[in-house]
Parts: sequence; structure tokens; C-alpha cells
Amino acid sequence: MQDQAPGKQAIETFRATYFEECAELLDALYQHISTLEQGQGDPETVHAIFRCVHSIKGGGGAFGFDRLVAFAHVFEALLDKLRDGKILPEREMLQLMLRASDMLADLVAGARLAEGPAAGAEDSLRALLAGMMGDSKPETSLVPDAEAASAPVSTARRWRIRFVPHAAVYASANEPLLIFRELARLGNLIVHTDLSRLPDLAVFEPTEAYLFWTLDLETAEPRERIEEAFEFVADDSDILIESVNHEEPGSAAAPMPAAATPASEARADPGPGVAEPGRETRSIRVDVEKVDRLVNLVGELVITQAMLVQFGGSLPPETCPGLTGGLETLSQHLRELQEGVMAIRAQPVRSVFSRMPRLVREVSAQLGKTVRLAVTGEGTEIDKTVIEQLADPLTHLLRNALDHGIEPPHEREARNKPKQGAIHLSAEHRSGRIVIEVSDDGRGIDRPKVLAKARQNGLVPVEAILSSDEIDDLIFRPGLTTADEVSAISGRGVGMDVVRRNIQSLGGRIAVSSSPGVGCRFTLSLPLTLAILDGMSVAVGQETYIIPLTNIMESLRPVPRDLHPVVGRGHVLSIRGEYVPLLFLHEVFGVSGAETDACCGIVVVVESDRTGRFGIVVDEMLGQQQVVVKSLEANYGSVDGIGGATILGNGRVALILDVARLQGVANGAAARSAVPFAPAPGRQILPAAPIH
Amino acid sequence: MSTPQTSVRSSTAIAPPGGEVAGTGPIQQFITFTLGTEEYGVDIMMVREIKGWTATTALPKAPPHVRGVINLRGVIVPIHDLRARFDMGTTTPTPTHVVIIVQTGARTSGLLVDAVSDIISIEPEAVRPVPEMGTPADEQYLDGLVALGERMVTLVSLERLFSLEAGIGLTDAATH
Amino acid sequence: MRKRVLIVDDSKTMRDMVAFTLRNAGFDVIEAEDGQKALGTLRTTSADLTITDLNMPNLDGIGLIRSLRADPRHRGMPILMLTTESDPAKKADGRSAGATGWIVKPFSPDKLIEVARKVCP
Repeated sequence: MQDQAPGKQAIETFRATYFEECAELLDALYQHISTLEQGQGDPETVHAIFRCVHSIKGGGGAFGFDRLVAFAHVFEALLDKLRDGKILPEREMLQLMLRASDMLADLVAGARLAEGPAAGAEDSLRALLAGMMGDSKPETSLVPDAEAASAPVSTARRWRIRFVPHAAVYASANEPLLIFRELARLGNLIVHTDLSRLPDLAVFEPTEAYLFWTLDLETAEPRERIEEAFEFVADDSDILIESVNHEEPGSAAAPMPAAATPASEARADPGPGVAEPGRETRSIRVDVEKVDRLVNLVGELVITQAMLVQFGGSLPPETCPGLTGGLETLSQHLRELQEGVMAIRAQPVRSVFSRMPRLVREVSAQLGKTVRLAVTGEGTEIDKTVIEQLADPLTHLLRNALDHGIEPPHEREARNKPKQGAIHLSAEHRSGRIVIEVSDDGRGIDRPKVLAKARQNGLVPVEAILSSDEIDDLIFRPGLTTADEVSAISGRGVGMDVVRRNIQSLGGRIAVSSSPGVGCRFTLSLPLTLAILDGMSVAVGQETYIIPLTNIMESLRPVPRDLHPVVGRGHVLSIRGEYVPLLFLHEVFGVSGAETDACCGIVVVVESDRTGRFGIVVDEMLGQQQVVVKSLEANYGSVDGIGGATILGNGRVALILDVARLQGVANGAAARSAVPFAPAPGRQILPAAPIH
Repeated sequence: MSTPQTSVRSSTAIAPPGGEVAGTGPIQQFITFTLGTEEYGVDIMMVREIKGWTATTALPKAPPHVRGVINLRGVIVPIHDLRARFDMGTTTPTPTHVVIIVQTGARTSGLLVDAVSDIISIEPEAVRPVPEMGTPADEQYLDGLVALGERMVTLVSLERLFSLEAGIGLTDAATH
Repeated sequence: MRKRVLIVDDSKTMRDMVAFTLRNAGFDVIEAEDGQKALGTLRTTSADLTITDLNMPNLDGIGLIRSLRADPRHRGMPILMLTTESDPAKKADGRSAGATGWIVKPFSPDKLIEVARKVCP
């Protein structure tokens, strides 16, 4: 049996767990405060808030995060007082609690990164919290339970101890025998049991205490060590510890002081706690890595199944009659398995959205503006891998709205707008994707300024005429900032282009829609999951591409009379009276050896959440399959018009089309496409060589 | 996937007497390969594996030296035609050509070369700086020259070779 | 024979640390997130010692101690409560509910083992 306590190093392994837990606790904390702010809380909410702070403090103490603990201590004390009260905290108290929570979060972050808020930053808030408690309780020091400092005594002393336990000692499952054993470890112990109070068996009460002891102990240990052995029973016993051979001033017959127990007011038994509002879900914690492994495994299963289908397809049908049916069943099960596994990893966007209110609070205060943030759709679920990447772009968009969008109060008044600016952050599922919107009722994009800046930077030729939407889209180009001063809030130029690239690397898109003087709306569109996709594989020349099934409306082989050339715009196809523009994939991607006559190929009519309908011309459709989406970005980069790659059953790589971008690519809208290896000015480029 | 038979010999380069000292430090090992008659070397620590040429899937609008991507045990890896990258023409790959899979930082890529020749050990003192050439681009990813008997090996810095590309506008998701 | 300890605390960090410390000291450790779940666990698995936090949802420490003491099977089980300096009233409640002893947070691993062994050797 190992007899050592784990060292400091071992405890460090729990740091990660602690900080994860703090993150959850802080989230819950803010949520509860928000519930109270909306007038929907109850006493249990206050209790829950108390518990959050209590837990953060508890763990913090174990790791020695003194600053955090000291602050949490005062916050907790205030909450303790609040939860006893009959009245739920109101506006000002809630504001104070918010500020305290913000500071607490900062201190947690500081503990985690070993670099916290400036020294003393929390002092005034702390004093405020302490002051709110009315009677100034002196802050009890939080020195961890140290071993009783023992003055070194070289010589052994003899002690006589009289121990008379009351019934309560036994009722609390304390064992005199264990106490004696502990004393025996300190030195020589002789135990005399006094049976004089033992009654007749007839009147014997098993729960009563009839025995008492006199103990002779010879030990070099100080008195405190002896008292310690009786620590838990001291209040329910009569104990006398006398030193026998030395004359300690005032020590003879000094009774053991009863621990100070404040008169326990008749307190209502809190009883079994009411379930925390809104979150009574049975759940287990799982390591993210385990889930990731599962997701990858399912991905591999999908690929293997595709291979099996291929091999099976090459066999003569009679060879293995049950095979096709079996593979189909397998495919169905795999689909369900995949959905289930992805659902595990999906989380509500709440975890990202929850940081935003605080951001808005702080930045708007810094800027001297009042802004209200409305958040909807926080329950919308999205794959964990995508969520984590959302924080930065969203933060930037909000900062931008606060800094450049929302006008200062006097300007708003002059425009007959309410003094308080409004920002709306929302998330919802829309046609197989997640759509997140950040909209504000500020001044909108200053188009003349943006255009001028773009012309100045050489991004747009002077004589070019751009539509309003095209001008708005310019803000996503690098180096474009029209901020007159470099604001510390949103910085210079490190802006929308980075946000757009971040979003694109997730397989998403961002667009802006602005109305001058009225407001501005950013729309982010992200795939629900990065991992698995239902696709239709198509052949173009020697290449295979995958078109996501969610984008496909229909497919057909056109007849010549429905095909109409349009000057300057290629061809359109007439479908049931509607004209659908055609896009020849071999042209867009430069693939040789492909079918150039649409009537000899197939037109796949597609639509995306951003573009209208158009038809992609391919050689043939190869079949529908589930594909595992593999990243191109990891080792290469993003390619406009391509939304990832996959590995086919035959081991070859196939590219997955990004339908929404494809039309833009086809139009050669160079202003919008981020072409990799676009040469910087001054650099020579190699003459274009054929792809193969 | 056939692995080409290469006999890999080990050679050590010793500082030439009176030669310029490029740097001091521990001996480094390089894998050398050929492009036509030229011989190049890359840091062996970055080489993950060597495989034969397999057909790539073309990437639209990629620069000429990026031949496309392959599936390397489930990971998508781009293959760079080094001959093209060094402005020396284009390679027409055959099954005897070789792809060196390298890892720079978090990024895995493949280098298409004619053949792999050697593993060499170099003392830093033996490395001579690259003499002035025309285009600034050349110097930036070459680490130096080393003489091995009759042979001249040009050392290539893979980090700079790829980071240059990143600077040109490649979206580097790995650094997000 | 190894003694089994039931640690009841809604903080996973705390449960992890206590479990780790006590396992290294030769105890078996089982866990529960709150009083309610602790009672459930004890219906099927026995424990030689219960260590419980006082502030938990669903059934807090005091409630748990009372429930245990009211149950003949657990009447004699040593129960330690995890207390904080700032709440002497809660500690008093725990003691009158029948807690055997207490450990003050924050505590060192050594202290935890010492107290655990004190009431459950």
C-alpha cells in the first residue's frame, strides 16, 4: 500500500479539468444572472449562483490561486447572505454581480495563463462587495489547514486525559478506539476504562454513552497534537487534558475549549434541492478525443463501405446474391450511426454566444455608447469543431459593429434613433447549413469612403463602376479600413479579410448587407458538420467531382431546342419555362478531354443558400454516395469553388464542389475569389502550363 | 505502390581547407535527390517517407508546379513538382519517379523528384553560401552548397520553400 | 482489505483530486455528484467512509448526512464533510445532523489522507 500523498506534479494533471469546470461554472453563472435579470428566477437560482462561485473558489484553493480565492471568497460571502434573504436581487445588485462575475472570470483566466489582471484591479470591487454585506465581517484568512505548529519539545511529557463522550459521539459514528489508536501513535499510552456508569442490561440503551476513560500518555508531542486527536468529538464530550510532571503556567486542569459553535438559529431544513431550473438533463462527460476518434472511425467506415460497394458492383450479380441487400442495409445503418455520432459532437452555439454580452458591455462602456445585445437561437446545435473557431470572427464582428456601426448617443438622437443602439446576434439552421447573423442598427457602411479607399489601394480600377453590393463586399479585402484613427478596439486592417478567411477555412461564407443610416447585417453560413457529406459523384474528363446532395435540385440531359446561347453570358437552359444559366465545369476548372456539348452530357441543376439556380454541365453522373470530407486547407489551402476533398472507394482523391462559390468563380469575379498563389506585385510568375 | 529500388549510401562532407565557414554546430543529415543532372539535399529530419509516383487529382487554378493532391493513408497531400518550382521545366512523371513526403511544421507535402540518391552527413563548416544569381527568389530557399568529392549538392530549406508560398497568398489554415 | 470511500461533490475537479489522492493511499474510491446520487449508489454498493461537500444541488450535504444517519444500514458509517472557513453555521448543521468529522477546504493531499485514516483506518 503506497503511503505517500501525490506530489504537486500529480495535482497539476487536474488543472485542466478545473479550468474546464470553471468555464462551465462561469457560463452557468451568467445564465442564472440573466434569468434573474429577466425576472424569471427564484430562490433556487440564487443558490445555484452561490454554488458556482463556491466551486470555483474551492478548486482554486487547492491549486493555490490565492488571488482568485480571495476575491471569490468575498463574492461568495455576499451571495451567501443573498441566498438567505427573502428578496431576490434586483437591478443594482445584479449589475454588481455581473461585474463581480466579470472580475472572477478574469481572475480565472489570469490563473490559467499565469498572467492576470493588474495587481489590485479587483480591490475596489472587492471592497464594494464587502461593503454590501452591511455588517463588516472581517475577511477570514484562508490559510490552508496547516499542521499545528509544534514548538520543538525534546523531552517527553506525561499527560493525563479524561475523556467522557456523550451519546452524540456515537451517533456521529465516531469511535473512541480510533482516537486511542491515534494517541498511541504519539507515544506510550495506557487506557483505563471506567465502567461505573454501565447500567443493568434491562435498562441498557444501545445509543447511550456509558463508558468513559482515563488515559495516561507519555509523549514528546505538544498539547495541540493531543487535542487534535479529539478534534471531532470535542464538542460532544467532556475532555480534560492535564500535564502531569511539569508545571505549565495555567495549563493544569485546563479543560479543552469547546469549539465555538454559534447559536444555531432554527434554520429550515433546505431539504432536497429543487432541480436547477432548465437544466435537468442526464448527461455524462466524455473526452473530446474519444468523440473525435469515433467520428474519424465512422468516416473510415463510410469509405470502406464505398469500396465494398464498388467491389460488389464489379462482381456478376449471381455470385453473391445477398451481397447487394446486405450492403444496402449496412449503408442505412452507417447513415444512422453517422448521424448519431455527429449529434454527440454537436453543441449549442450558446457556448460561444455566451461570451458576447460581456464583450458588448465592456466595449460599449469604453466607447461611451449604450448598446443592447439581443441573442436568439443559442440552442442551435453545431459541430464542436466549428464552434471553437467561431469565437474570433464573432468577436471581431461585434467589435466592429460597436466601433464603426453604432453611432454615439448624440448622433443617434440627431437621427431620431433611440439613444440605445441595438445589436442582434442569431443562429438558425437553414437548408442544411447554420446561418449566423450579426446585425446592428447603426450607420451602415460608408460606401463612398470604402470605394475611395479601395481605389487608393489599387484594388479597384478608377473607372470601374460597382454596384452597392459589390462596394460593400470590398470591406473583406485586406488593408481596407476607413477608420480615421486606428482604434484600439478593432485595430487597423486586421479586419474583415481575416474574418472571411477564418470562416472560409471552415467551409463557410460571410456576406454583408448594408443600408446607409439604417444598419448593417453580416450573414455567416457554415456547414453543419465538417466531417461527412451526402454527395453525387460526377465525371468531367478524367476527373471525378462530388456535388453535395443538399445543393442538387434535379438533373437532366438537355435537348438542343432548350439550349439558348446568350450574348456575353454563355448558355442558358430552358426548364419548364424558366431560364437557368449553365456552367461548364471543364471550362471553370480547366479539365481537358471533357464533354463540351451539353446535350451529350448531363446538366445538374443546383442551388445554394446564396446563389440562385444554375446548371452544372458534366460528362456523366456516377452515383450517389456518402463521402468523408477531408481538409484541403491542412496541407494546401483553400481553393475557390472547392469545398474540400474526399477519398473515393478506389483510393483516389475527388474534389467536392462548393456550389455557392462556383458561380462566382465562373463569372471570373476576381475581386472576390481568393486565388492561391496570386502573385504579389513585382514577383514573376511562371508561364501557365497545362494541368496534366 | 512500388517503392523504387534505391541504394542509399552514406557520405560525410568534411570542411574544405581554407573554405568559408558557413556556420558551426552539430553534423546534420540530408537526403539527396536528383533533378536531371543537378543534385539537391533536404534535411532528413523533415522527411517522413519516400514513395513512388501515383497519379494525382488536379487542383483547379493551381500554380503549375502543384501537380495536384494524393491520398496518403487518409490525408490529402499536395504534390509539388520541384523541377517546375525551380523554374527548370516540368516533370513528366513515370512510375520510376519518386515522391518525397516531407513535413514542415503542421503541413505535409510531397516533392516530385527524379530519383533519390543518398543520405549525407554534413558538418556546418562544409556548407558554402549560394553565389549571387539573378532572381532574388532563388536565394531565399537555398541554404547553401556542399561539395562531395566530384559532386555539388545544393541544400534546400524546406521551411523557406513553403513559407514563401504562404507569403504569396496561400491561405494557411494551419496557423489559424 | 481495502476500505472504500464514497466522495460526494458536484465539482469534478474535487472528486478527481480526492479519488486520486485516496487511491494512492490505498483506498477504493467511488463517486457521486450530489446527495441524491450518493444515496442511489449506496443502495447497491457499500462504502466504509463517505466524504461529502455541503453545497450541492438535488440533495445537499446536510440532507445526505441526515438521510444516512436515519438509515440503519448507514447509521454507523463515518461521514466527513468538506467545509469552508466562511460557513461555520453550515458546519454546525452538519455536525448536528451527525457528521463524524470535517476537512476544511482548501486541504492538502496529506491532510485528506490523515483525516480519512483517522476515522476509517
